[in-house]
Amino acid sequence: MAKNWWKALTVLLLLYTAVAGLLLPVPRLAILNETIRNLYFHVPMWFGMTIILLTSVVFSIRYLRNPSPRLDTLSHGFAQTGILMGLVGLATGSLWARFTWGTWWTNDPKLNGAAIAMLIYGAYLVLRSSFADDQQRARVSAIYNIFAFAAAMPLFFILPRLTDSLHPGAGGNPAFAKYDLDSNMRLVFYPAVIGWTLLGVWITQLSVRLSLLKQHVHEKQLA
Amino acid sequence: MQKDFRLEWRQRAALSGMLLYVGSTVFVCYLSFALRGGNLPVPAWNALFWIILLFTAVNAVAKGFLQESRGRQLYYYALVKPQAVILAKIGYNALLLLGLALVAFGAYALVLGNPVQDMPLFLSTVVLGALGFASTLTLVSGIAAKAANSHTLMAVLGFPIMIPMLLMLIKISKNALDGLDWSASRSSVLTLVALNLIVGAVSYVLFPFLWRS
Repeated sequence: MAKNWWKALTVLLLLYTAVAGLLLPVPRLAILNETIRNLYFHVPMWFGMTIILLTSVVFSIRYLRNPSPRLDTLSHGFAQTGILMGLVGLATGSLWARFTWGTWWTNDPKLNGAAIAMLIYGAYLVLRSSFADDQQRARVSAIYNIFAFAAAMPLFFILPRLTDSLHPGAGGNPAFAKYDLDSNMRLVFYPAVIGWTLLGVWITQLSVRLSLLKQHVHEKQLA
Repeated sequence: MQKDFRLEWRQRAALSGMLLYVGSTVFVCYLSFALRGGNLPVPAWNALFWIILLFTAVNAVAKGFLQESRGRQLYYYALVKPQAVILAKIGYNALLLLGLALVAFGAYALVLGNPVQDMPLFLSTVVLGALGFASTLTLVSGIAAKAANSHTLMAVLGFPIMIPMLLMLIKISKNALDGLDWSASRSSVLTLVALNLIVGAVSYVLFPFLWRS
């Protein structure tokens, strides 16, 4: 139990997010109306994805400094969870856009950035699948992971700020931390970010354990 | 490092092939648009130009690692430090792409007209673009060369990373085309320079790990 307190915390935070996020009062804003509650589900996905992909890059760097199959599996697992959270983020955002902008997808810097990020990590998975040799796969995909993150990720935070965007938080649209994120919403938003990120870590832990076990069984069969 | 550069330069047999590639691509574009009377709207001119450059760059840089024999790589490995190899490759590729881009621009302006109003800004965009493409694609081609089916992988790995760079380039060159004041594009140019530096530095740090395997 002492080691698993954070799983209990995850469950509590997410329960709190779901209940409080759907029931507590939110500011009434034109157009946004009740869809503002998506802040508790959509935005934490991107926070969580960034944190988890960063963790994946950290494991890749550690792998290059000190190669071991375990670090490679960890980095791969975190990248996979990051992709999952990115896809959920795209889905929730798209659903939200349908009800506020009236369309599933528009040509917008933030949306395009998210799509490009998914393409990059799709390429990462393709790269991983095109090696026969385990060590080479681990090394080369670690290099690509670091390179792609360094080359593209800063841009997703800079580019949308250089151009006007329809997305909340840019171009004078109702934004985060300006006037609509009042202190009541903060009370739910920050726990939501922590909760969803911890959920991502949990998923990763399970998938990494599973693939480590699979590797173990595979090695036993070979022996 | 200079020696390595010269070694690169010696295997330039593919250069004429690349020139022909650029020439025929531009001509195909010209013929495809000739139906509209040959004059493109300015944004389309810009976008088409950068797409031609993108594909040329991918093809030109891919030759760097993919067409190199295993024996020659071992020879380099014994001879020089990996940092020298990556710098020489980036430098060579940047010059190659710059040359190709200028030829492409010449041919393109010849057949499709030249709506550029701010020539210095446009040319510096082309220089920045050549540098950026070279430093991104050199490492990507090194990565792709290690894997099976490298040619497909080259495009799959390279394009998403290059999209942000390409967007900045298209934006700045659009400003140059419209003859806007320099101050309008200063922040984009600075971002692009910073991006080139980041990509170059990361390639420099990561390449030794790739080279070792």
